Amino acid sequence: MSATELVRTARMKRDSGIGKQVRKVLAVVALPIVLIVTWWFSSAGSQNFFFPPLEQIVTAFQPTWFTGAIETEVLPSVWRLLGGYLVAGVIGIGLGALLGSSPVLRAFTEPALEFLRAIPPTVMIPILILFLGIGAEMRVVVIAIGALWPILLNTIEGVRAIDEVLRDTARVYRLTPMMRFSTLILRGASPQIVTGARQGLSVAIILMVISEMFAAQDGIGFTIIRFQKSYAMPEMWSGILLLGVLGIVLSLIFKLFESISLKWYFGLRQSQRGGN
Amino acid sequence: MTISDSVSVQSPDVLLQVRGLRKTYEVRNDPIEAIRRLTFDIHAGDLVCIVGPSGAGKTTLLRSLAGLLTPSGGSAKLDGEEIVEPPKGMAVVFQEYARSLFPWLTIAQNVALPLKAQGVDRATRAEKTAKALEAVGLADVAKRYPWQLSGGMQQRVALARAVAYEPRILLMDEPFAAVDAQTRADLEDLVRNLWHRLGLTVLFVTHDIDESIYLGQRVLVLSNRPTEILDDIAINLPDERDQLTTRNEPEFARLRAEVYERVQQAKAGRRPGDAA
Ligand SMILES: Nc1ncnc2c1ncn2[C@@H]1O[C@H](COP(=O)(O)OP(=O)(O)O)[C@@H](O)[C@H]1O
Ligand SMILES: [Mg+2]
Repeated sequence: MSATELVRTARMKRDSGIGKQVRKVLAVVALPIVLIVTWWFSSAGSQNFFFPPLEQIVTAFQPTWFTGAIETEVLPSVWRLLGGYLVAGVIGIGLGALLGSSPVLRAFTEPALEFLRAIPPTVMIPILILFLGIGAEMRVVVIAIGALWPILLNTIEGVRAIDEVLRDTARVYRLTPMMRFSTLILRGASPQIVTGARQGLSVAIILMVISEMFAAQDGIGFTIIRFQKSYAMPEMWSGILLLGVLGIVLSLIFKLFESISLKWYFGLRQSQRGGN
Repeated sequence: MTISDSVSVQSPDVLLQVRGLRKTYEVRNDPIEAIRRLTFDIHAGDLVCIVGPSGAGKTTLLRSLAGLLTPSGGSAKLDGEEIVEPPKGMAVVFQEYARSLFPWLTIAQNVALPLKAQGVDRATRAEKTAKALEAVGLADVAKRYPWQLSGGMQQRVALARAVAYEPRILLMDEPFAAVDAQTRADLEDLVRNLWHRLGLTVLFVTHDIDESIYLGQRVLVLSNRPTEILDDIAINLPDERDQLTTRNEPEFARLRAEVYERVQQAKAGRRPGDAA
């Protein structure tokens, strides 16, 4: 083992030390705690009908959501979100791999893609209602269309950026088409695919809520609007809180997936920064 | 020495046959003639070095032989078969060896990948991988990632991958140009050693005259661009080579002077037709 390697190993050890971990966690949770505490005390005793005290919102949370609404409102939302996101992921990565690999195909499709991308997915809702009705399919499709673009465009960029020498290596050693897709294209573009997937997830969450504000029968967005229309302010705010929590949970799951699938990428970048 | 282009009958043990190979890069308005005309044979079991100044077209030649580049004319045949795509049984160690390793695969996975593509079963794959890593002295880093290794170690991984593949011919493109002198000497000995033990056929490209003489049984001297063969020199050094004694032999000095003169003439723009 060379000296530089030993130094690198030592550095890695120090980075994963307990003290460092604690400091990292503190850095992440400090600001949210300050904000929540500020909200709690500044809203305490609030007489403003539209901005009830945080205490009231928290009190409303349990009866509003944990007495059946999880199954009837939250889960349908989450399933549509995941369904649309999955469709966007499969199409975005599949099509992105294809377009990223072929300059001809890319030149051919670029104008159409630019045009389609410029259309906000929400304006598709009235049109989709005509074709798909007002059921779950329409909402899933809206989510899929919105999440598709960041995933597709980032995948194309990622595939294009795959090292030429690596491509040549794959050809020289005659990797099968399946291996070329999984080991070269998919893994090689994974840093950009993950970036696109992260952006796609935020878009998907937004569209999940918005799609439920049109002619819906259930869902978190639908429920929030229902509370708003019936002036049930603490309940409405508790719905917004729930959306925030859902967003955090999903992004934590995403981070976990990212840290596992891109472990090599972070290691590679660190070794490049450290010099060889 | 020249071989007439019209000779197309090949002696039984000719593995690689190159006839009148040409390559002109079609850059808009300004075609770059990299290879003017190359004709040579490599016999099975040979270790041939190709030496030529930077920019002579050595990489262009190697990429053409590897089936990664379509020549503008002439032919290259491996075992009598025209090379139009990367042929079976050919391994390449690229000049940019670090970029030729898959950063998301461990060392062992990198070495095993070509075997997997050939449909070699898991147990055999593991066995061949372990043996190849053993042969290059890297058995203890099998589970590491390429970016955790030094440049010289990465080069040995690229070599192990090529060796594990059990190629009929191994092409190497200035493989040791970027490693330090001591590592370089070790790697040169490693190549000689592997060539001996495994009965490989090796085509080794370098711009380093000493390296070409130390390694080769035969050295092809290339002119500068557009490249042609200036000379084909047999290296009559003892088969057992040693960094110290071999490099100090009078015959080594004589050969170095001979090749050096050729390369100097090449740099000065001498063409094969010119009087010496
Ligand atoms: N893809 C390319 N397009 C145009 N010119 C190229 C290309 N690759 C190499 N060349 C040119 O061809 C010549 C030979 O290059 P190369 O084969 O890399 O030389 P060497 O490996 O001997 O240093 C150089 O002048 C280089 O600029
Ligand atoms: Mg080169």
